[in-house]
Amino acid sequence: MSPLLGRHLLGVEDLDGREGIEAVMRLTDSFVEVSERAIPKVPALRGKTVAWLFYEDSTRTRLSFETAAKRLSADTMNFSVSSSSVKKGESLRDTARTIEAMGIDAIVVRHSSAGAPHRISGWVDAAVVNAGDGWHQHPTQALLDAYTIRQHLGSVEGHHIAIIGDIKHSRVARSDVAAFTTLGARVTLVAPPTLLPPSLEGWPVTVSHDLDAVLPTVDVAYLLRMQRERMTEALVPSLREYTATFGLTRRRAELLSPDALVMHPGPMNRGVEIAAEVADLPCSLILDQVRNGVAVRMAVLYLLLGAGADLVPPALDRTQEPEAVRA
Amino acid sequence: MAERERRQAPPYGGVFRARTRVMDSDDVQRAVWRMAHEVIEANHGTDDLVLVGLQTGGVPVAEALAGALGSISGAEVALGSLDVAFYRDDIGLRPVLPEAVTDIPWSLDGRTVVLCDDVLFTGRTIRAALNALSDYGRPRAVQLAVMVDRGHRELPIRPDYVGKNLPTRRDEVVDVHPEGVDLGEMVR
Amino acid sequence: MPDPHSIVVKGGRVVDASGEREADVVVVDGRIAAVGADLSADRTLDAAGCFVAPGLVDLHSHLREPGKEEAETVETGARGAALGGYTAILAMPNTTPAIDCEAVVRQVLDLGRAAPCDVLTSGAITVGRAGEQLAPMAEMAALGVRVFTDDGAGVQDNLLMRRAMEYAVGLGVILAQHCEDDALCGGGHMHEGEWSARLGIPGQPAEAEELMVMRDIALARLTGCRIHFQHLSTARSVAMVRDALAAGLPVTAEATPHHLTLTDAACASYDPVFKVNPPLRTPADVEAVRAGLADGTIATIATDHAPHAPETKELPFDLAPPGMLGLETALALALTELDLSVQQVLAALSWNPARILGIDDVHGAVAEGRPANLCVIDPEHTWTVSGAAMASRSTNTPYEGREVRGKVRHTVLHGEPVVVAGEAQR
Repeated sequence: MSPLLGRHLLGVEDLDGREGIEAVMRLTDSFVEVSERAIPKVPALRGKTVAWLFYEDSTRTRLSFETAAKRLSADTMNFSVSSSSVKKGESLRDTARTIEAMGIDAIVVRHSSAGAPHRISGWVDAAVVNAGDGWHQHPTQALLDAYTIRQHLGSVEGHHIAIIGDIKHSRVARSDVAAFTTLGARVTLVAPPTLLPPSLEGWPVTVSHDLDAVLPTVDVAYLLRMQRERMTEALVPSLREYTATFGLTRRRAELLSPDALVMHPGPMNRGVEIAAEVADLPCSLILDQVRNGVAVRMAVLYLLLGAGADLVPPALDRTQEPEAVRA
Repeated sequence: MAERERRQAPPYGGVFRARTRVMDSDDVQRAVWRMAHEVIEANHGTDDLVLVGLQTGGVPVAEALAGALGSISGAEVALGSLDVAFYRDDIGLRPVLPEAVTDIPWSLDGRTVVLCDDVLFTGRTIRAALNALSDYGRPRAVQLAVMVDRGHRELPIRPDYVGKNLPTRRDEVVDVHPEGVDLGEMVR
Repeated sequence: MPDPHSIVVKGGRVVDASGEREADVVVVDGRIAAVGADLSADRTLDAAGCFVAPGLVDLHSHLREPGKEEAETVETGARGAALGGYTAILAMPNTTPAIDCEAVVRQVLDLGRAAPCDVLTSGAITVGRAGEQLAPMAEMAALGVRVFTDDGAGVQDNLLMRRAMEYAVGLGVILAQHCEDDALCGGGHMHEGEWSARLGIPGQPAEAEELMVMRDIALARLTGCRIHFQHLSTARSVAMVRDALAAGLPVTAEATPHHLTLTDAACASYDPVFKVNPPLRTPADVEAVRAGLADGTIATIATDHAPHAPETKELPFDLAPPGMLGLETALALALTELDLSVQQVLAALSWNPARILGIDDVHGAVAEGRPANLCVIDPEHTWTVSGAAMASRSTNTPYEGREVRGKVRHTVLHGEPVVVAGEAQR
């Protein structure tokens, strides 16, 4: 619908490279301003309906999208799918088309399976927004992370960002790597080899297994959530050992340069990947991320549903020679 | 720059070609000073006055008017800007992206707002601006200053201060820029 | 039912293991009565411009009956096979219930008797294919079952596999293995590598297959049992089989059309039509499997024809079942995509698998006195693959929309033209 964004937002690559991501961030500036108003609501998407199709519990992301849609005056409806109906093998296509038949304009999908939003986008006319699919991507998280870094450091370009923890199972990491590197940041992945993807072919990143060595060099330390079930899969011996080697403890936080920032997509496991007191340091942007999440999602929904087609910048001919002017 | 009007005039994505210069820079200056005097006369001074320029073409008009008001009254007049993209009634029908971030850093409660724009045409932008303003508070009054009123209203909206009344054809485009005001059309 | 009249397959070029020659083939009473120049009969099947080959033999068909008749039945699977040029197919035992005892073997063979293609069945190695207890192999062998496999899964337990192989030696049957170490697969849904990492789909490493190939080669050495490796997909698997053959061990191997033509990059569409076990591998693996086929390490192309009802593929990649259709496209893909002579393609699709299965007295040759199981192939006929146009009850072909060259014009089963001019006759 907009040249900044295709008909759907399924992954960071749907944004038109660096230019597209930056355009979304500029639009986000406008929605940050809207969010700060006495009445933080605009009528932009009046009459549009956005549906949540969440196959996975996520109060935070759903709330963030819902707030975004409501601040744009869109109507919202919730189609929460019990995991049991997934187990029953209910056709994803049937579900998606059922929702669309109710006359909705956008479907925000979260699914524990990678690619579920891709599949849905092939079956419906509505815009599909990926709100997290399996280990694959979570593009609005990457946009809000990039926006938050830009807000605090002026830009993403030229900065060194360490993404620390369970990269292998993290859709956030996949989207962040794509967004940060597209915007010109240097990214280092820090994790034990068991928590790295099986191949990093084509990922423009460096890898380290030594957090202490990396921390003094970073502008942003981005911590990922360490899920308890990883212990049973023999990926790390124990949470205690994980914290000892890859947790941002109080002691480790002192290795960070004074201007370095700490980020986390939430929800945090305080005391595991991040010490409680580190999460509450002034350099921690965790609540800024949440705040910016609403504005970024407003920008995405607005681009998909509002901004209209064929956005061509107007040209001006002062020379009476239209051919000489960009048309 | 009447970018908004050019953007919204068919053919979209075309090129504006000026045909006639209807005001030169001196004409514009004189109009600004006249409007400033009218604003002061109507409001008995500049107390509680807020100028809000509509992004982007109205911003230089508001700035010029604020400068003139400041010179006349000796007091600085509050100056803000407003982007109405999210309030337009044609979202989804054509490209509507904000051109700049709205900047109204104060409450409008109880103040008199003078909305400033370069060209008044259908009135739909002003309608959107009135809606937007109400999200920043409850002004005592809202007035409208435009450099050019070109007619063709589609809504019951009337300017309080006008630089120039300019009869136009519907398919013409008015371009307000630093050197003056041009009348022309969009071409492919 | 043999045609009461004589038939001549006229104007084609006869191809079988003995070579190629221009000849007409006359069929009387279900057998080949004559092969030679300018023959005539009551009925003529035009074979001008065509190869007249022995009917194809597939060692790996999932016919889904009993249990999943919405996906395929013995009848529809066999019809698709006939249209694909096959005159014999081997049903896999992962039905519901599994083909693991005399009763289910009988049911499948009975269903196959009326089918437009000879339907043989494999039997499960273990009861319910659960990998815990040996199935009554002798009772099934007595009904003619010659191949035992737990296909869909590999036999995980080393000792149990050893016992099965020892027992099979006594029965003179072959064990066929679906090589996949379940634990190492670890819930993977595609090949583990660059693409799985990028797509966020849990992967299964090539080593999961290779470990079991390695083990079974060792057990073949230990027991002397003939083992057939199903759907080999990795370069190192092919290399191990090559070495085992060189060492004189009793092993054979098959490769599927999809492991010869598709790579894991196809999974980027997230369309589970590209989900299969073992998974689509890297371009280097495809090259190695092709080389293995070309040098004879891999004796046969087997389809692993695995129909799934459409709704089961309308799911996210990891939730959909693995498997793809194969019977109606295998020949055309081999002719179109592989750099092999017609002779080599037909060896892999016809007489080699007939020999492995021990039915080379009935299938796999065009010679006087032999049962008339023939397939007439127009090598220049180009057509576009369409799942909806297939005889299968399912449509899950990964080649949808692909243009391929080479089409079966006629198929003759025991003297009966079951496919004439590309149309199934029953």
